Amino acid sequence: MTLDSIDEQVILPDPMALKRLAVSESGFVFDPVSGHSFTVNETGLVILHALQRDSRLNDIRELLSSDYDVDSQNLDRDLLEFLGSLSNQLEHP
Amino acid sequence: MSAIMVAPNRIAVTGMNARPDNPGPGLAVARCLREAKNYSGKIIGLGYESLDPGLHLPAYCDAGYLLPYPSSGDDAFLERIELIREREQIDSMIPCLDAELPIMTRLAAELEKMGVATFMPTSAQLELRSKDRLDELAGHAGTDAPKTKSVTEAGFFFNCGQQGWHYPFVVKGIFYDAEVVKSAEQGAAAFRRISAQWGLPVLVQEFLEGEEINLTAVGDGKGKMLGAVMMKKLAVTDKGKAWAGISIADERLFDASAALVAATQWKGPLEVEVMRTADGTYQLIEINPRFPAWIYLSAGAGRNLLEVLLQLMRNETPPEMEPAPAGVIYLRYAEDNIVPLADYESVIMHGWRVPVPEPENHKQ
Amino acid sequence: MTDQSDPEAQAGKLKPWIKPSIVMHRSGLVNKFGAVRRDRWQTDIEEVPIGELVHDFGSPLFVISESKLRDNLHRLMRAFTARYPSVRYAWSYKTNYLGAVCNTFHQEGAWAEVVSAFEYEKARALGVPGEQILFNGPHKPRAILERAIKEDAHIHIDHLDELYLIETIAKETGKVVDVTIRLNFETGYTENWGRFGFNVESGQAIDAAWRIARSEQLRLTGLHSHIGTFVLDQRAYGAQARIMCAFLQEAEDKTGCEIETLDFGGGFASHNALQGIYLPPEQVVPSFDQYAEAICTPLIEATYERSARGRPLPILILETGRAVVDDAESLVTTVVANKRLPDGRRCVVADAGVNTLFTAFWYNHQVLPTRELIGTPEETVIYGPLCMNIDVVRSSILLAPLKAGDTLVISPVGAYNNTQWLQFIEYRPNVVMVHPGKEVSLVRSAEKLDSITAHEHLPKHLSSPVKSK
Ligand SMILES: Cc1ncc(COP(=O)(O)O)c(C=O)c1O
Repeated sequence: MTLDSIDEQVILPDPMALKRLAVSESGFVFDPVSGHSFTVNETGLVILHALQRDSRLNDIRELLSSDYDVDSQNLDRDLLEFLGSLSNQLEHP
Repeated sequence: MSAIMVAPNRIAVTGMNARPDNPGPGLAVARCLREAKNYSGKIIGLGYESLDPGLHLPAYCDAGYLLPYPSSGDDAFLERIELIREREQIDSMIPCLDAELPIMTRLAAELEKMGVATFMPTSAQLELRSKDRLDELAGHAGTDAPKTKSVTEAGFFFNCGQQGWHYPFVVKGIFYDAEVVKSAEQGAAAFRRISAQWGLPVLVQEFLEGEEINLTAVGDGKGKMLGAVMMKKLAVTDKGKAWAGISIADERLFDASAALVAATQWKGPLEVEVMRTADGTYQLIEINPRFPAWIYLSAGAGRNLLEVLLQLMRNETPPEMEPAPAGVIYLRYAEDNIVPLADYESVIMHGWRVPVPEPENHKQ
Repeated sequence: MTDQSDPEAQAGKLKPWIKPSIVMHRSGLVNKFGAVRRDRWQTDIEEVPIGELVHDFGSPLFVISESKLRDNLHRLMRAFTARYPSVRYAWSYKTNYLGAVCNTFHQEGAWAEVVSAFEYEKARALGVPGEQILFNGPHKPRAILERAIKEDAHIHIDHLDELYLIETIAKETGKVVDVTIRLNFETGYTENWGRFGFNVESGQAIDAAWRIARSEQLRLTGLHSHIGTFVLDQRAYGAQARIMCAFLQEAEDKTGCEIETLDFGGGFASHNALQGIYLPPEQVVPSFDQYAEAICTPLIEATYERSARGRPLPILILETGRAVVDDAESLVTTVVANKRLPDGRRCVVADAGVNTLFTAFWYNHQVLPTRELIGTPEETVIYGPLCMNIDVVRSSILLAPLKAGDTLVISPVGAYNNTQWLQFIEYRPNVVMVHPGKEVSLVRSAEKLDSITAHEHLPKHLSSPVKSK
């Protein structure tokens, strides 16, 4: 499965939920609606910032592959997994 | 461990888990330090969970740090202490939790090498307080001890009558946990539950009716007991923890504790728990190798034991002191402390809360 | 293996990839300083690079250190011989009966402690003389007993039926046989393994001693007891010493026998983390010196007077198993896959599971990566390769993200794995030994289809998957 074939609407977390997150440079993330807090790692932080800027999936892939040493298969797999767990944590904590 | 002479000026205190229902002693120890007439240095609170209340209370702890659990091993523990020492220049440590004492005493020499002084019991003294050696301890104290037996099989509960054990009695874990049982079935069930959690042996102990009284003091390591404060609980939570108590002057408790300290050459803080039974016997229940959660009563009664501990750490000879006056009451209450999100974040992300530096520019 | 080349040189200024992660803070779980050190990884075993081992011998792979085996036994013997003049050691075969392991110990002077016909035959086949074999266990069929008696092995009697059988054989062969009886009793610190041997408190044991004293054919010369395994409280051994010495006194006084050996069995704990024990091994496992002190002090006290009366001190025998072998062996395994469980937890599938690592059922083994892992540690489940729900290597461990193909080192695994492992679903892997000087040899080769089918027989009409007409 590649990310090209995926409907962004389905896999990206709710944009409103993303915007409300307070994201600190340390990787500390606070959700003011649920009251939950999280830790994201370095790459998670890059992705989260990009999502808050309304980036499209392809932008995020490019952003990451221009900065990190990763092939597209691994990138897509890890990105998919991260987005899945992000949506999960935001929507059904 | 002939302690190097130190003048503690940056003291780390563990046990900041000041939960309202069952507080660890650390925060009360920090409070005593704050009020100690012979101490104006920094206090660094050490805890295990980011929500340990003491980590977030600048009034008593200038900074707060998370420690690795004793279960993560010596290396992780030493490494973290080294980091805290580098960042905060701590020069001494006061451990306040039972589970820390074994690792702390074992590593005392290494801590000292690192420049972190302690004043606590030796490993041999710690072993003495293992629950199945109560008789031996009571012998030192000149008190009785509740009849206690190690049990390794649930079968005991069905024929214990022949061995002189009659219900009800208490089934205890070797480290923690206790249950009063009234029948063989209950006893066997408690045995299985407790042994599954705390391992074998399980102890059975005579059920005593009476009043628990406690003493806390510091042993100078040469046989002398200093600054004793005695207390009777006035009210307990449903977990059996005192939330109100009153200082008392009980000579037999004092003498028993002094004898214990003399016989064991006890070094460092201790708490002695004794049951005064209806028929007037004194039964030694336990001794804890640390200050109790009610230690602030010592400051309240004019016998701040942290001052005594500091004097011993500085190799000074504490002056002779009368036992604390009777009739001083402590009443514990819960209070909501406001914590900035940034502090919480810092504890989670870095494992520390450090004071926010004064802004250089006070203008907008 | 992981790429050896410098990633920066390979990819210009690209940073190494870190799998993105997000972890929710839960009360009571937010102390990343409370867990494993993130900077811990292990690149070699006894200075042989793990990558090289896996390249040459495949994965999973058991790796034994010869010098560790020898060192451990030396340390044990030093602790005891420093406190007691006459100490004998017998290697407990069931703990690890790979020939290379047994012979390493035998070269250091160890006798063999066996508990079945198979183990007896294995010890003999390795070249151990019968008179250096201690024969324990509740099941010793007549044929092997006959051989053991003929070869002057030391038989430790477990029950009366065995006693009668030995007496019969001895009569038939016209021999007088020196025997040891196994005792069981309450130490107060361990659960009594009352199913083995003769009970002391009930009088069974002294009856057995009487029975032997009245026999023309038998001589009681030894007492044995193995009080349990992974015994964390050394005081149990102090109690064992006192009880066995008291029994020795009673048996000698009442039956006139002369006891030459006192065998304390095994049971010393190894530096492994037993599930359900809160504190880590370095905090709860007594040292060899502590065990030795617990045994030798009461032993010397109790036998002092006896030796003053001119009786030689009994020989102290040890059958320590796990404590001398456990940390001499590691298991290298490879990550096959990363997954998310429906409840959000992360898991990895490894190519070694409870089939190779039987002790995963009761230990939380140490698991280390073989390179520095980058990224936030997260609670992880490590599963084995079996298509079975129970195949769990670690039910919860904090680990930073791993890639498929990463290797992990699991330790200590030297005790009870190479003997209790299962041929179940998968082939059992290679076992190698690292010798001093970084030399490596294969000491048991991985199984192939043949290893398993060689013992099967297909009845003629089942020799084909197609029914013959
Ligand atoms: C008779 C006997 N001796 C020695 C051992 C070795 O025990 P450990 O590995 O606990 O030292 C065992 C193990 O079960 C045993 O049954």
